[in-house]
Amino acid sequence: MTIETAVVPPRSPRRFNIDWADILFRISVPILAMLAALLVGAVMLLLLDVNPFVAYAALLEGAFGSVSSITQSLVKATPLLLVGLGICIAFRASVINIGGEGQIILGALMATWFSLQFRTWPGWLLLPATIIMSFMAGAAWGFIPGILKARLRVNEILTTIMMNFIALQLMNLLLRGPLMDPESVSAGTFLAKSERLPEQVWLARLIPQTLLHTGMIFAVVLAVVVFIFLWRTTIGYRIRAVGLNPHAARYAGIKVPFYQALSLTLAGGFAGLAGSVEVIGVHHRLLEGITSGYGFSGIVAALFGGLHPLGTIPASYLFGSLLVGADKMQRAVQVPSALVDTIMGLVVLFVVGSAVLTRQWSARRLAAAAKGQEVK
Amino acid sequence: MEEIFSTVVIVGILTSAIRLATPYLFASIGETFSQLSGVLNLGVDGIMLMGAFAAFFVVLNTDNLWLGVLAALIVGLLMGLLMSVISVTLKAEQGISGIGLYMFGLGLSSLLFKVTVGTVKTVEGFQPIKIPVLGDIPIIGEIFFNHNVMVYMAFLLVPLAWWVLEKTTWGLRIKAAGQNPAAADSLGVNVNRVRYMSVCLGAMLAGLAGASLSIALVNLFQENLTAGMGFIAVALVYFGGWKPKGILGGALLFSTVSAFQLWVQVLGVNIPSDVAVMLPYLLTIVALAFTMNRAQQPASLNVPFQRGES
Repeated sequence: MTIETAVVPPRSPRRFNIDWADILFRISVPILAMLAALLVGAVMLLLLDVNPFVAYAALLEGAFGSVSSITQSLVKATPLLLVGLGICIAFRASVINIGGEGQIILGALMATWFSLQFRTWPGWLLLPATIIMSFMAGAAWGFIPGILKARLRVNEILTTIMMNFIALQLMNLLLRGPLMDPESVSAGTFLAKSERLPEQVWLARLIPQTLLHTGMIFAVVLAVVVFIFLWRTTIGYRIRAVGLNPHAARYAGIKVPFYQALSLTLAGGFAGLAGSVEVIGVHHRLLEGITSGYGFSGIVAALFGGLHPLGTIPASYLFGSLLVGADKMQRAVQVPSALVDTIMGLVVLFVVGSAVLTRQWSARRLAAAAKGQEVK
Repeated sequence: MEEIFSTVVIVGILTSAIRLATPYLFASIGETFSQLSGVLNLGVDGIMLMGAFAAFFVVLNTDNLWLGVLAALIVGLLMGLLMSVISVTLKAEQGISGIGLYMFGLGLSSLLFKVTVGTVKTVEGFQPIKIPVLGDIPIIGEIFFNHNVMVYMAFLLVPLAWWVLEKTTWGLRIKAAGQNPAAADSLGVNVNRVRYMSVCLGAMLAGLAGASLSIALVNLFQENLTAGMGFIAVALVYFGGWKPKGILGGALLFSTVSAFQLWVQVLGVNIPSDVAVMLPYLLTIVALAFTMNRAQQPASLNVPFQRGES
């Protein structure tokens, strides 16, 4: 436990002492970043001769204004949360995983292929097996850049991006070949979509007539699991130690490359799950554009949630809502939904840009805590 | 299979390869300056998109191609300043801020395009200029000396960048800022200013790379026009070992494979086109795996400079 004590301020005797000032500070940073991004967005809209109040009103109305917008937001929040959980693990280990898109694709491909291949299996067997296989497929796609980083010190940012391109082509190849819907082939339309998956693998709908499925509950449970994993297990502790200070971790006897590769593999697995729930929960088949950019927006959600699994839950819901609101805004007042992509980019810039403030805050509290200790 | 080895096809592939190398050369040479000074700018793709849109928009409205080039440079500079403030002054994690910059550029260029232009339109871009005498040489003239002015500019940038990096004080300062910023600082080099200038120069070249697409190669703009070319450009910097000559080789290899792949599709040769499209990316990963070990990476790449730290 040498590193833990070196980095974290000494705990007070009461075990569950919650540091409200710290939590408040950590929550206010992303919220201020969001407000700043919305402000910059408003200025851009003004320059484009678009009334920002009309645009934002439509965005909010679309995002939160009805029961259907809330269920749609939750549907979009689910893959964001799953990708974001993987990002929490990877970024905590200081491994930058930009490969979410490719890992989602692999998970979706595996879910499709596996459930079609073993369509005769009963649901209680096929469903968990499909989910596990999707996790493995995504994990494999994360493992390749992970092992290249661990063994050959290849920059994971570049390899994960290249793996995205390869996964995309792989999906195109399979959707136009072996995975193409036989009906589509016999009808001669040759649409790039797969056959419908067997019904026993579909995730149950939480509310009838909506797309909201049990995958959401699954994702929230996993968020708690990842939280316990990162903060209450030895492996999770080592992953964070590697991210905080790889040199110190190495001196403490932690195999840094192993944990870097492991965190990238796990990140891939969670993105693979996101691909899986999109296929078995929402579309019930594999379609082109299955990722919807979640591999990137999941990064935004995780950063917004302070790279904390539990913080990523509300952050995913927020960005899921914004994505839903953006589509509705585009239809209602003809302001392009790309506005939200722009705002998401700014949120990332502002959140990482304010990290220097967070560091100063932590340092000051660390000093204050040390001082308090001496007095006692 | 025979027709793919005919002279016409080979000349066609090589001519396209030279043209396709243009945006990669601009963007990768620019990124080299940025990385040698110690800043990994991963937002190249977003800057390219913004540059491509700016150039396209100006040319669409004024019909003045050089004004379009100027617009791309200015937009690149602004994006570079944004990246510098976040990653140099505020010392943010460079990889993540680059992703933020990419998303910002991707979103904003689509937003601007949809609000101001709306539908796909084409512009009259730069026309090929045949170089006298050299352009008349059979085959070689066609492959190398019958291109638009941005292609020539991109290839002339290679020796120019080499000269700046190897033969000028400014080049030395850039490399010092990326190798050993503390030592450079103690010798009176303003590390952060050098990084600002290098990132901005890189971003301006990324803007040009975008312009070379929208007003010289394809002569149109659409959402996500670059389709990730900026990320390839970043990879080519590693591939080329942070040297203009190496980047030239990498860019040509990549563009030749891409051109080959395009011609394979055109000729309808029986290779699944998706496999062919995959090839360049596979090649990049393999190349990265082989070149990484040589450890020529600027020692302080990705490390924000803090005065008084070791």
